[in-house]
Amino acid sequence: MQYESPQSVDSAVSLLAAGADDARVLAGGTDLLVQLRAGMIEPALVVDIKNIRETREIAREDGGFRIGAAVSGAEIGEHAALKEAWPGVVEAVELIGSTQIQGRASMGGNLCNASPAADTVPALIAAGAVCRIAGPGGQRDEAVESICTGPGRTSLAKGEFVVSLYLPARPPRSADAYLRFIPRTEMDIAVVGAGVNLTLEASGECSAARVALGAVAPTAILVPEAGEALVGSMLNEPDLERMAAAVRAACHPIDDKRGTVEYRVKVAGVMARRACGIALDRARSQ
Amino acid sequence: MPKSKFHVVTTVNGDSVEFLCEPQQTLLDVLRDELHLTGSKEGCGSGDCGACSVMLDGRLVCACLVLAVEANGHSVETIEGMAHGDDLHPLQRKFLEHSALQCGVCIPGFLVAAKALLEKHPDPTETEVRYWLAGNLCRCTGYDKIVRAVLDAAVEMRTG
Repeated sequence: MQYESPQSVDSAVSLLAAGADDARVLAGGTDLLVQLRAGMIEPALVVDIKNIRETREIAREDGGFRIGAAVSGAEIGEHAALKEAWPGVVEAVELIGSTQIQGRASMGGNLCNASPAADTVPALIAAGAVCRIAGPGGQRDEAVESICTGPGRTSLAKGEFVVSLYLPARPPRSADAYLRFIPRTEMDIAVVGAGVNLTLEASGECSAARVALGAVAPTAILVPEAGEALVGSMLNEPDLERMAAAVRAACHPIDDKRGTVEYRVKVAGVMARRACGIALDRARSQ
Repeated sequence: MPKSKFHVVTTVNGDSVEFLCEPQQTLLDVLRDELHLTGSKEGCGSGDCGACSVMLDGRLVCACLVLAVEANGHSVETIEGMAHGDDLHPLQRKFLEHSALQCGVCIPGFLVAAKALLEKHPDPTETEVRYWLAGNLCRCTGYDKIVRAVLDAAVEMRTG
C-alpha cells in the first residue's frame, strides 16, 4: 500500500487520477481503517487529505459556512456560530460514534463512505448543502443528495474527491433538526434518521421546507413531497400528518435485525414529525 | 517509486521520538511493538472499545484507527505519560481507591479518556461522564465504580 499526504488539492487530484482504480481517500479514517484492517479493501494507494488546508477549515462564505471535508466532528461541535446557524447538521455530526470517533470522523468521510444509515447525510440534504468536488477537470459543486448512488457507492469519478461542504446563508426564522432512532441511547447505527429544515414567514407560515431520510432506502433521500406538504401551511397537526404520510410513502427500507420494513416505515413518519417539531421550536424562538 | 518505509518524527509524552513504519501499520501497532509502550491495548481493533485511547494533538482518538505515518509532525500522549514517576495522577489514585477495575485491560483507555474529559469539563455531571466514556467498554465492572472514581477525581482536582 502506497501512502501519500499531499499538501494541495491539485496534488491530491494528480495522485488519485494516476493511481489504481481502487485508490482510497483518507480523512478521519474511522471507516477506512476499519475496512483496511478487516481486509475488506486492499487499496494500492491511500491519499490522506488532512494536510490540505481547504479540507481542514471552517470558514464564513457569502453568509454561509464552508466546512472542510476532513474537519473532525469535535471541531464542528465546538464551532458556536455554526451550531447556532445549523443546529440540526451539528447534532447529526455529534451523533456519530464515541468521543474518540468524534476526534477524527468527518462529514466528508461520512458522506463518501456512502452508508445508507449515515447520520450527517440526511441532515446535510435537508440543509441544502453543496459539495465542492475537485477532479482532473477542475472543481465542481454538486448537491449532497447527488453524491451517494448506493450502499458504499458514490457518483465521484476517478481522480475526484470532496474538498469541502457548503451550508448556505440562512433567511430569518430558519432552523433545522435531525433525529435518529436507535434502540439504545448511544453508540449505534440509525434504524431510521430524519432531517428537517424550515423557514417561516413573520406570520408563522412555512415558506420553505426540506425533509430528508436515512436508513430507509439504499441511500439517504430527499423527500420533496414531504417539504411541499409543509410549505404554505402554519404547520398544524393536519399539515404535519400530510408531511408524515409523504415520508412513509417515500420509504423503501430493508428488513434486518435493526428493524422490519413495516417498523422502519412507521418510525420514519414519527421521526420526521418530531424533527419538524424541534426545527419549528428553534425557528420560532429566533 | 512508492516508499515502503516511512520515517516518522513525532512527540510521545513530551519526548521527541523517531521511528520507521510501514504505511499500513497503525499508531497502536507502533506504540506497542516498536516503541514498547504497551499500556495502550488492542481490544477490538475497530474503534468500538476505546482500550487504545490516546491523545493526538490534544484530541482523544483510538490509536487503532490512526495510521502511524499520520503521526508525523504531531504530538501523541499515552497512558505512560499520565503518572509522574511513582506519583500517580488523581484519576489513577481514585480508580484504585474505588476499586474501579477488575481485569484492567480497559483501564488505560478509560484513564486517558477521563483525563481528556476533566481537562475540558472540570465539573461534569454523572450523565456527562457516562456519555463521554460511552466509547470505552468494560466487561467487568458494570461501569458504576468507574463513573464514581471519575467524579471523585474531578472533585479533588477542582479543590486541590
